[in-house]
Amino acid sequence: MFFTLLKKELTLELRRKSVISGLVLYLFSTAFICYLTFSLRQNQITPLVWSALFWITILFTVINTIAKSFIGEKRGRDIYYFSIASPETIILSKIIYNFLLTLILSFAGFGLFVLLLKNPIADLGLFCLAITLSAFGFSASLTLLSGIASKANNSNILMAVLSFPIVISILLITVKITKNCIDGLDRSISTNDLLTLFAINCLVTAASYLLFPYIWRN
Amino acid sequence: MKAWLKILAVILICYTIVGGFLFSVPRLNIVNETIRGLYFHVPMWFGMIALFLASTIYSIQYLRNPSFNSDTKALEFANTGLALGLLGIFTGMIWANYTWGSPWHGDPKQNGAAISLLVYLAYFVLRGSIENEDQRARLSAVYNIFAFCAMIPLIFIIPRMTSSMHPGNGGNPGFNMYDLDSRMRMVFYPAVVGWILLGFWIATLRIRTRFVNEKLLDLENE
Repeated sequence: MFFTLLKKELTLELRRKSVISGLVLYLFSTAFICYLTFSLRQNQITPLVWSALFWITILFTVINTIAKSFIGEKRGRDIYYFSIASPETIILSKIIYNFLLTLILSFAGFGLFVLLLKNPIADLGLFCLAITLSAFGFSASLTLLSGIASKANNSNILMAVLSFPIVISILLITVKITKNCIDGLDRSISTNDLLTLFAINCLVTAASYLLFPYIWRN
Repeated sequence: MKAWLKILAVILICYTIVGGFLFSVPRLNIVNETIRGLYFHVPMWFGMIALFLASTIYSIQYLRNPSFNSDTKALEFANTGLALGLLGIFTGMIWANYTWGSPWHGDPKQNGAAISLLVYLAYFVLRGSIENEDQRARLSAVYNIFAFCAMIPLIFIIPRMTSSMHPGNGGNPGFNMYDLDSRMRMVFYPAVVGWILLGFWIATLRIRTRFVNEKLLDLENE
């Protein structure tokens, strides 16, 4: 059942290309605005400014990406899902699917930033690991919040309001790891932060898994 | 709440106010007399955590067994916890103004506290934007539990991993848990218990008001 749902999400995404291309365009526009505002003063983009711009871009793109996972669903279709699958399978498939999407968008964003601005990252392997872990954390926490927001009025504003305080602890740690990557510090220094990030991911995933059945049951 | 707990709360807080301002305290550089802020600032956070924990427990109870009762309790404990958290921020800002030189210093602990208050403000926004009562209670209970889980790293883990000027983090002249001397402990521990009890008392009063209002509404409808 889990793989069927995952496959359904992927096929659906590939069929309506407008959504995914819209998100890529969103990402591109944001990165391009960052580039244009600094156009001739590239030397003023210190590594810290780069990291701030990069993570803000990623955060907004990711919130917009995941917000559509429940808000975009047609009314009535969830009744159909409800009758064929358990809520646990649904949330897990959505989290994994969102994780893949977030991962692709994050790396695309990184590529754009390297292309348009510059590449201040000294330790590329560690940075990729940080991106992967944060992508999982974002998708695990935001998928549940998207489920909550989809049930309320003015869900788009609510999605942003609910998610900022939750994802900020993930974001703070990733920014810290990014700083270590930029400075090219020894990997042993970042081990603690990576473990904390991993632990937060586990916590958030477990909480989503346990709590989702309650917002699904209607 | 039992009557003797209320009497205990009043006695402990009177003792804290009198003892906090009059008893002798250790002399430390820069901090000087502002060390007395400890009796009023730190217990606010203890109280806030206790109340948020109670709110989360009632939210879990709501999900297990939905009732108006546990939803109201979760809401009011969160409300009172938020009030204590705001007081904690303000007392901290007054203290920081005299020792760090400015009320908001961007310290990791200050930022973490501010973000955790944002979580609960978002909780009230969520409650405000759902009209169906059952759905509001259920979704806000889910968010409450989720937010409490997400708040744990923010308050308890990240501030301990970053360097901070906040007292209790070493490297600065201030009060560590270990250089709290026994004279201060004699006021500090009762202060913590007293403020927590007061927080719960306020919350129970608000809960009772809500119950009475609900009953009045029912009577009007009949």
